[in-house]
Amino acid sequence: MKSGFTTSFPGLHPGYGDTMTDLNIVALVSVGAHPTSGRPRRAEQDARAVELGLRLAGQNLQLLHAGDPQAEALRGYLGMGLEQLDVLEQPEGADALPLLVDYLQGSRTQLVLTGSQAETGEGSGMLPFLLAERLGWPMVVGLAEVEKVENGVAQVLQALPRGQRRRLKVRLPCVASVDNAAPVARQSAFGPARRGQIEAHEVTVVGDSLLAEASLQPAKPRPKRLKVIKAKTGAERMKAATARASGGGGQVLKDVSPQEGAEAIFKLLIEEGVLR
Amino acid sequence: MSDIIRRDPRAEWIARNRLHPLHAAMQSQNQTSWMGPNGIIRKNPHAIAAGFIGPAGLKRIDRSGAQQGTAGKRSSASVEVQLSLHVVEQPAFHICVVPDMVGGRLSSHDKDLLGLARKLAGESGAVLAVLFGEDKENAFDTAGVDRLLRIAGDAFDGYAPEARVLALSAVESQLAPRYWLLPDSRTGGGELGRRLAAKLGERPATRVWQVAGEQAIGRAGSGQQDIQRALPRLILAAAECAEPVSETRHEARTLELGERIAHSLSRIEDLGPVAVDPAQIPMAEAEFILSGGNGVKDWKLFHQAAIALGATEGASRVAVDDGFMPRNRQVGATGTWVTARVYLAVGISGAIQHLQGIGACDKVVAINMDPGCDMIKRADLSVIGDSAAILNALIERVAAWRQEGKRDAA
Repeated sequence: MKSGFTTSFPGLHPGYGDTMTDLNIVALVSVGAHPTSGRPRRAEQDARAVELGLRLAGQNLQLLHAGDPQAEALRGYLGMGLEQLDVLEQPEGADALPLLVDYLQGSRTQLVLTGSQAETGEGSGMLPFLLAERLGWPMVVGLAEVEKVENGVAQVLQALPRGQRRRLKVRLPCVASVDNAAPVARQSAFGPARRGQIEAHEVTVVGDSLLAEASLQPAKPRPKRLKVIKAKTGAERMKAATARASGGGGQVLKDVSPQEGAEAIFKLLIEEGVLR
Repeated sequence: MSDIIRRDPRAEWIARNRLHPLHAAMQSQNQTSWMGPNGIIRKNPHAIAAGFIGPAGLKRIDRSGAQQGTAGKRSSASVEVQLSLHVVEQPAFHICVVPDMVGGRLSSHDKDLLGLARKLAGESGAVLAVLFGEDKENAFDTAGVDRLLRIAGDAFDGYAPEARVLALSAVESQLAPRYWLLPDSRTGGGELGRRLAAKLGERPATRVWQVAGEQAIGRAGSGQQDIQRALPRLILAAAECAEPVSETRHEARTLELGERIAHSLSRIEDLGPVAVDPAQIPMAEAEFILSGGNGVKDWKLFHQAAIALGATEGASRVAVDDGFMPRNRQVGATGTWVTARVYLAVGISGAIQHLQGIGACDKVVAINMDPGCDMIKRADLSVIGDSAAILNALIERVAAWRQEGKRDAA
């Protein structure tokens, strides 16, 4: 659109996804929960990770889940156009980390994609970090796009708050988590979701000690922060109680030339640092 | 301090008493009546009408000629309130806080976190803030920092999470802090905290919004559940987790690390920020929005201005309904609720639905013909005038500034 900018949003390049099909990518997926109804669904960020993986590796993308292979929500990922999903079978409340470490250590995986945090359970967002630490791989947070892969080094774009991007070079193999800045997941189609295979693997189950000592409860609304008035005297208290909430308006420039007005606006923009 | 007006009864008494040696000094400065050279009493009516400030702080006019006002109003001397200094000479333990320092200053999230750390430290513990690189903050003492550890060096500049984690684990091995506190934010703290947790092998409590006694309560899953657990050593706290420190001053004594920090070859190389097309940034999180409404007549110029300023475009409902802007650019109750730091509203009068949508914006700038409209009341800076002329001038000014920058660089 505007040639002066380096467009950094995936999906805008024509022919995107033709390259890098030889990359071994694993997307870790989980069962999510709808934010309103709480009904099981494909997790939002995991689906974005799958979308990113599909754009990078196409059909070579491998899906991996640790949990119950019967979960219906897993088929949501197969409906995005993949034929198989591997499940490391474990009961609810077990620790997924050792299983994933064992599985990935033996494989030829070069890139592991995950969401930032689970939608059910603890949701601490620690899994990708622990995985990277145990495997000894680097970890990239907020992956938005993989630009190129050369000699085992990937050049990627990292999403920052406020839609900004940062370019990083990272050695493969690595673990990368995606957040809401990654491309929106494609719709899940019903037919492929039915036809896809869910392959369950028997593994040794490791328990998680957290749920023994912690308790989950419905979220309490957070208390609204009160405005504390630390007045020493009655007059100050009176002043604080009767003061108008809003600061009474800003500066108004009337009867000025357009140049003067523009200068004032320009000064404010520079002060705020939004002009680049 | 307060501007309470105080009477000085003694001064008033002296002013009334003509026999008092200080009587002349206590008379108000401009004399209102005096004996003329021919023995006639002269009066200065202007000085009388100018009046004097009475003891209640109100202007008084006394035509009787016996002005009782004393020299000016007396107000209590303004004293800067000095908060009491909290000194921890020999800390029994340390509470380590790693603030985000967005823009080199403590954010409100950081201050909340320091408040929580202060609460955990009690009387005998010391709050240690670990900072990387340069900072512009000068209020560490009132924010509740007892000890300050600045870690500087080329290795920690820019995006260097691995080097920073190494530095923090050096702090861990030397000081063994009782708690580690980091902000669970997207501006760096959340990531650094989780990296540190993985490195130290601690299981952190994340998104913590309350610490009560030995229990921490944080959000779990997608925010529909809370998880309550025993307070771990590493806490990633949400914003408003505690009240910031406000009643004490602290030393902010600088600390040095005893040993050198181990360096390792970074596996992640920072190649710097990327120029992003502002039109592609989702409006809800855009930093700088140029928004047009009914007052914009020249839309081509408006788009030019957006490109020149590097701003994301927005529009009011009228502009969208009239077909000048697409529906997904609408700001307001029925469109997008924006969080821009600077919102430049051109020709928008400010319907309440629109003002709701920009409620979270920091600075609002309005360009409008009508000085009485609601947008002007909301705006921090308003320019009354023709929008086309002002936008043209602004484009020129910015172009000149960019030229200057190029010349400086060359």
